[in-house]
Amino acid sequence: MGKKTLIALLMVAMAVVLFPLYKSYQGSEKLTKLGQYYADNGVTDTGASNLVTSVVVTYRGLDTLGEVTILFLAASVISFFLSFKKEDRMVNRSVRGVTEILTTSVQVLVPIIFMFGIYIFINGHLTPGGGFQGGAVIASGTLLMFLSNPDFELNHKIIHTVESISGIAFIAIGVLGILLAGGFLDNRIMDLGTPGTLFSAGAIPLIYIFLGIKVGTELSNVLGIFVESQNERIDVSSGQNNNSIIEEEL
Amino acid sequence: MEYIIMTTGFALTIFGLYGLLSQKNMIKIILGFTIFTTGINIVMVAIGYVKNGIAPILDAEGKEQLSNGATIVDPLPQALVLTSIVIGLGVTALMLAYVMKLYQDKKSLNINDYKDLKW
Repeated sequence: MGKKTLIALLMVAMAVVLFPLYKSYQGSEKLTKLGQYYADNGVTDTGASNLVTSVVVTYRGLDTLGEVTILFLAASVISFFLSFKKEDRMVNRSVRGVTEILTTSVQVLVPIIFMFGIYIFINGHLTPGGGFQGGAVIASGTLLMFLSNPDFELNHKIIHTVESISGIAFIAIGVLGILLAGGFLDNRIMDLGTPGTLFSAGAIPLIYIFLGIKVGTELSNVLGIFVESQNERIDVSSGQNNNSIIEEEL
Repeated sequence: MEYIIMTTGFALTIFGLYGLLSQKNMIKIILGFTIFTTGINIVMVAIGYVKNGIAPILDAEGKEQLSNGATIVDPLPQALVLTSIVIGLGVTALMLAYVMKLYQDKKSLNINDYKDLKW
């Protein structure tokens, strides 16, 4: 049996598995029990008008902690894989020039993008947005900086310090929740305030600020590692040698 | 409306899986994987949809609409998809790093050139 037939068979099998879900699906008329609970009590419980935020940060805060851990793990493994010794560094890497349009527009745009990212994670409990989205926007600003200046390098010490401090602060707020309120990552350690105002929802804005900084620096760091790994000098001959050795083994 | 979202989600899932299985170029396999996860995310959001639901943001305007009998869409799948997107991003970046390392080793992006784990 050819490979293509096998793939086609697998696709058909996948479609058969998915079809009942598709066929039985009809937009529900009312919320599930859990969704109804969030709709009725979410705002009074957490003080955040954005219910998605209250689910992400408070009701399912542990999931978010796991998510941050996975992101951190991915970033660590990437930096482990793509790091190289100092003596392997190319001295003068030839890079394509950048047009003036890009460099000038980046100078104008990057501060605005950073400000927008910070706005997104500070207002995470009021409007659609939050730490992860704001962090991704900040990282996109960093990407623009890398594009406009190929020699641009992040200061790894500062990045790692900021990232560690914000990560530790996130956990510390969670532990404070055990001591002062109902449990881990409980946001009622601070005054809940009036829902809908900037200073409300207890510790949610604080958590989102730390998350935003952490995700922003982490993704920027990943981008920086990818860009920097282009500086590694690779011996073309050694690559071919490896290839032939493996072929001989086979 | 909800069927459009659901159909898009399933179509992307199937197309992504096809790309994942049929492509030889490793970068294209990763692209197929991201399309696959995007499709699944869209399906998850579609499951949480409530007919004529409003966004789950209960500021003054949202509360007024709620008191007029509107319902919000389920916030839980949306929060889940938010998590899933971030994890997908991390996994994609990790896979790209692997591909870069593999390419440095053998100067080839063709998946058929990597037989080390084949039996």
